[in-house]
Amino acid sequence: MFESIDGAMIDWSRAQFALTAMYHWLFVPLTLGLAVIMGVMESLYVITNNDFWKNAAKFWMKLFGINFAVGVATGLILEFQFGTNWSNYSWFVGDIFGAPLAIEGIVAFFMEATFIAVMFFGWNKVGRGFHLASTWLTGLGATFSAWWILVANSWMQYPVGMVFNPETVRNEMVNFFDVAFSPVAVTKFFHTVLSSWIVGAVFVVGVSAWFLMRKREKEFALASMKIASFIGLFAALITAFTGDHSAYQVAKHQPMKLAAMEALYEGGTHEGLTVVGELKIPGMLSVLATRNMEGYVPGINNILLGNYILPDGTQALSVTEKIQRGDKAIAALADFREAKEEGRESDMLQAQDVLDENMSYFGYGYIDNPNDLVPNVWLLFWTFRIMVGLGMYFILFFAMILFLAWRHKLSKTKWMHWIGLWSIPLAYIASQTGWIVAEVGRQPWAIQDLLPVNAAISKLSTGEVQTTFFIFLILFTVLLIAEIGIMVKAIKKGPDMAES
Amino acid sequence: MYEENTMLKRAFIFIWEFYRDGFKSMTLGRTLWFLILIKLFIMFFILKIFFFSPYLKGKTTEEKQEYVSGELINRAN
Repeated sequence: MFESIDGAMIDWSRAQFALTAMYHWLFVPLTLGLAVIMGVMESLYVITNNDFWKNAAKFWMKLFGINFAVGVATGLILEFQFGTNWSNYSWFVGDIFGAPLAIEGIVAFFMEATFIAVMFFGWNKVGRGFHLASTWLTGLGATFSAWWILVANSWMQYPVGMVFNPETVRNEMVNFFDVAFSPVAVTKFFHTVLSSWIVGAVFVVGVSAWFLMRKREKEFALASMKIASFIGLFAALITAFTGDHSAYQVAKHQPMKLAAMEALYEGGTHEGLTVVGELKIPGMLSVLATRNMEGYVPGINNILLGNYILPDGTQALSVTEKIQRGDKAIAALADFREAKEEGRESDMLQAQDVLDENMSYFGYGYIDNPNDLVPNVWLLFWTFRIMVGLGMYFILFFAMILFLAWRHKLSKTKWMHWIGLWSIPLAYIASQTGWIVAEVGRQPWAIQDLLPVNAAISKLSTGEVQTTFFIFLILFTVLLIAEIGIMVKAIKKGPDMAES
Repeated sequence: MYEENTMLKRAFIFIWEFYRDGFKSMTLGRTLWFLILIKLFIMFFILKIFFFSPYLKGKTTEEKQEYVSGELINRAN
């Protein structure tokens, strides 16, 4: 598999991409989550004409601004890496990947950038209604941005809406709607955005809890906690629903990922969902994957061996058969290129037919050991459980805060303040583990079934990639320290509630 | 025509003053802008130029097609 490409270089490139993506993802969910909370607070200001809400919104906007400033443009580093480290991938995906990213860059980013200026500079310059609209449009711009990035990512998990052109060696989009609204993209969007609202809500609860612990800004802290918990509970419940839908999509399109998430080596009907160890919920995995308690869920070995019946009634191919078809597809690409060079048109057509017939297995032609198709089971099993466990914890967390607020005990319940504060890192852990499940679970594929990472990568030296990895590590660490420092300073200063 | 020009001029002045006053009144924002500019400088003038030059840079479209197809064919089993 790694004859011409150094395996260490692939691992370093993957680590570099993961480091950048995880760093970028520290900022995005807080941006999306805080945008909703400050939008609600400013709406309350416009509706009630009470300056309390204006000042509360302004405080969370300040923290939003810090987070936005430090996080902005870190995603562009991922695009640098596509061009340098993943050049075969970048060429192969063609406009499928480029189109959503271009829309994201042009429409969403400019929308966000325009309205964020009105949001910060416009308090005494524009009317209340226009300012409120700008605040919501800033959040909408960020959400719209997320949509296109998630469309691009979803295409890597479930490539649709394109045909491969052997002449240009690129995938060409034939149906924009299929790409932009694939079921995987829609589910991923709602799951990701709503789980980001949870991060924003936990952050607001945690910071507000800190004010209560310090016996400061009591009215502001209680009001913020109530609003954040209401939004957080709503988001956590919908996230659980979209998570269930996401698992169903994974079962349909990436069965190996689901089997690895469950550490399920031998599948069957009436499969239980492992909680932890030997503790299982009977039939639940079958329900999750097939919507039927008696549904068949293939395990890792079943997927490798094939020979089971797929939901559409056909028989699953073994990996050996898929590799053979991948080999045929790549040989057909070679034949096509050779025939083209020599101007043999009928041979080109013949090669194109063979390629079309086997294209959905193209990537298997780069796999020589079937075990390379199994992602890191240990990592997936535990990150999946951490994500789901924390998701459930947050439902209880927000429900408990709302209950205490309803009983007028929230300001006096010190243990809840501690839990609130220390739940902030848990929200980030849940968000990051979600991405680990999504991305590690796709391995070894850069594009599911079409292009594994060893074919997608550029021929660089390991040393070059290691150098940039450590440059990023230092840069990101310094920026993160700067952000946390500025953020803590702004929090300690507290909201300016003098006007109210 | 004259009225249109006047309106455009007013709009331009409003936008100019809006941003000018906004930037002037920033306190914490200045630190953040400083941070953003340093970050963008590192990204675009150091990383992009010295470390992240596109791998296929300098090749024509046909050469890129040829190179990637060669890579995809030769890396197969």
